[in-house]
Amino acid sequence: MARAALPGRLTWQLADVVELIDETPRVRSIVLDLHEWRGHRAGQHVDVRLTAEDGYQAQRSYSIGSAPEDGHLLLTVERLDDGEVSPYLVEELRGGDKLELRGPIGGYFVWEQSDGGPLFLVAGGSGVVPLRSMLRHHAAIDSDVPVRLLYSARALDDVIYREELTRLGDRDGVGVRYTLTRDRPAGWSGYRRRVDREMLGEVAWPVAERPLVYVCGPTSFVEVVSSTLVELGHEPRRIRTERFGATGG
Amino acid sequence: MLDGNAIAGLLVEVFGAELTTATGVCANCNASAPVGELAVYLRAPGAVARCRNCDAVLMVVVDVRGAHCVDLRGFAALA
Repeated sequence: MARAALPGRLTWQLADVVELIDETPRVRSIVLDLHEWRGHRAGQHVDVRLTAEDGYQAQRSYSIGSAPEDGHLLLTVERLDDGEVSPYLVEELRGGDKLELRGPIGGYFVWEQSDGGPLFLVAGGSGVVPLRSMLRHHAAIDSDVPVRLLYSARALDDVIYREELTRLGDRDGVGVRYTLTRDRPAGWSGYRRRVDREMLGEVAWPVAERPLVYVCGPTSFVEVVSSTLVELGHEPRRIRTERFGATGG
Repeated sequence: MLDGNAIAGLLVEVFGAELTTATGVCANCNASAPVGELAVYLRAPGAVARCRNCDAVLMVVVDVRGAHCVDLRGFAALA
């Protein structure tokens, strides 16, 4: 099991904002150039810190959406209306600005080839961000580990990385399924409800194949998905979860 | 409620090492779980980690005048 201790201390550094990508009306990706970066593993996050002119600081964690093999670090941020940090990152930040961050952080919600599979990734909303890193890493190393992604979003316009996920899902051994919980376009053939037992029974790998599961999303989503998977007979120790909640923003 | 992943950075600050893959054993109910899976509350004063099985407080990290005060008495073991 990978338990590589991070050497030394976590230090804050200034990253250059090189590109901003509007993913959905509420979600923006921030492409960053870092001067001192020792690389990351798929699924890790960074802490971002904003400092006001009066010295007040606010800090939040954001998952890394890029693969370790990508040239730049990509964070994808959803704007929370009452947030302190995300409205600035989604609406105010400009190319050429500096952003203070530290990382990479976290060793638990991480996938590497040596962890094996088959992989079952379950995303609720912007919980897809670290799973995108895993999928890109999986593609970059040409992994033969079979992988399925189930992605729950409110509507098709809320699906982050849609075109890219379609491309990644076209690879052999990779499957991408969506469920849209609120609005569906005409002729939508995917799921049209919240993730439930029946859906997980259809989309997850059979219990006998002992899939390695990663679930990321809002706390309530993660609780439902992980407990339902356990009810279906999946091994709790092979279900890794990451929650974000209203304390973020 | 979040989980141990949310305090991964704080734990590196306090312990100088990645801790979310470590296994914690609850002193109250003896359940063991990776630190990444613990129930974590950030709205309390400081960060509080609780056992998912019995809800006992396992760890509290409070910032007092720039110094971290850490209470790990809820753990029977952490390795």
